[in-house]
Amino acid sequence: MKADTNEQALLKGLALNDSRAIETIYKDNFAMVQAFIMQNNGSYDDARDVFQEAMIALYEKAQTESFVLTCQIKTYVYSICRRLWLKRLQQLGRYSNKVDSLDETVPVEEDLEIHEKRNAEFAIMDRAMNSLGEPCKSLLEGYYLKKMGMQALAAEFGYTNADNAKNQKYKCLMRLKKLFFSQYNIGD
Amino acid sequence: MDDILLLEAIERYLGGDMDAAERDYFETLRKNTPEIDQMVVEHSMFLHQMDSYSAHRNLKTSLQDTHTKLLDRGDLYEGGELTTRGRVIQLWNKYKRVTAIAASVGGVIALVISGLAIYFSPVVNSSQIEQLSKAIEVIKKNQQYQGTLINEVKSKIPENAKLISGGSGFLIDAKGFIITNAHVLKGSGAVVVNSKGQEFNATIANIDIQRDLAILRINDEEFEPLKSLPYSIRKANSDLGEQVFTLGYPRNDIVYGEGYLSARTGYNSDSSSYQVQISANPGNSGGPLFNNNGDVIGILSTRQAQAEGVTFAVKSKNIFLMVDELRKTDTSFDKLKLPSRSSLKGVERKEQIARLEDCVFYVKAFRK
Repeated sequence: MKADTNEQALLKGLALNDSRAIETIYKDNFAMVQAFIMQNNGSYDDARDVFQEAMIALYEKAQTESFVLTCQIKTYVYSICRRLWLKRLQQLGRYSNKVDSLDETVPVEEDLEIHEKRNAEFAIMDRAMNSLGEPCKSLLEGYYLKKMGMQALAAEFGYTNADNAKNQKYKCLMRLKKLFFSQYNIGD
Repeated sequence: MDDILLLEAIERYLGGDMDAAERDYFETLRKNTPEIDQMVVEHSMFLHQMDSYSAHRNLKTSLQDTHTKLLDRGDLYEGGELTTRGRVIQLWNKYKRVTAIAASVGGVIALVISGLAIYFSPVVNSSQIEQLSKAIEVIKKNQQYQGTLINEVKSKIPENAKLISGGSGFLIDAKGFIITNAHVLKGSGAVVVNSKGQEFNATIANIDIQRDLAILRINDEEFEPLKSLPYSIRKANSDLGEQVFTLGYPRNDIVYGEGYLSARTGYNSDSSSYQVQISANPGNSGGPLFNNNGDVIGILSTRQAQAEGVTFAVKSKNIFLMVDELRKTDTSFDKLKLPSRSSLKGVERKEQIARLEDCVFYVKAFRK
């Protein structure tokens, strides 16, 4: 079953972080995941976490160039959530055999592996960023995440000129890279 | 300072911000200086990580925002046992009346439906097992049928008495003691009919609901006691797979059936009965279950409603237990002697049946 054009459009929107697309997918699928998780030993908060994680996985998949979703978004999201939740239950030792398996699922193990790798990378970068301290963190966020120019950054952070800001940014970047790669290479 | 410039150059190169000439120059530099080449690769990878980190973070934020937004709009329901007890109570208060009305409407509908179901399907027995005694309608019909056949024979059932149920029974003492199922004797009195259609008055000597057994005593001058019973009653348990046969009255004529012992326990692993693969019908209740030697090994009592041929029989050992108990309290049972010797061993089945037929009775219970 190929995803229909409507769903294709939604996924394209998701890949571009379009809020309308995200909203639609969210609205259409959250209740299902919520029901599944709450029926299987989970709380409302668990449902939210797992669902958002699945959305991220879907986003990652939507971004890959070779991306084709061969099933409905609903099925895919459910499958991911199911896997994620079973895994979490197992980790928590709350695993019970009761989990119902009547709904249609698609194999998502491979996608989840990729997703988990991405998650780990994200966590490393996040930790590295947070251990930088200010003003390094904000400076780098401004330059690399918000894509602000050096002039603007210098003005915002109160550097007398762009070169000083650039100098500071360089030092911060070196520290961040060091922190990141020390963890990243262990991960490998 | 050189490093800073170099990094800036790398970033501009990777970001595609260089013009063609600068780009060519940089690429030659890269080619000739492995250190720079290495730095470019490393930084490219780092920037890629930064980008996906950024995207990931933005997405997380928008997901969280979306969640809050949808929640505010009421598109998501934050329900659940764990986090929102307050909300449930709120809802309950809000919809208390609606719920009450819905519940009572539901209740009325349920009653009407079950009433209709009962009204339209009086014969269906939904219980897991059914007793093999016959319902009154069946007997009534049979009575009419019999009435047209032998009009001149007057029934011994009192005139104003109502037939309640029917089943089978067999002699456990040649003097006229008959054993049957307790559930066959639903009324206050009983008559027994032999295989020739002759009716005899009988009194209910004892009913043991627990074992589902009952003893009747024939109280009729016309009854001629037999010299001895051709069969014995087995005290020990029988073996799985043993061939068995029965005689009983699912209709007015005596009916023969055969099968085998399929389990050592009865319904729900009841150890006081056997499971038997034999076709049995209402009316077979209380009938004897014989093995090949003609020993009584059980009393047919119930069958599983949903399964074909799954019948249960009370183990014959229970007859001994019952009679022993009765002897302790009631001297009238002192005379009762259970048969202990079988004369049917090695005899052909037709011959066995011919001799057993006289000992198996049709039991009709009535209420005055």
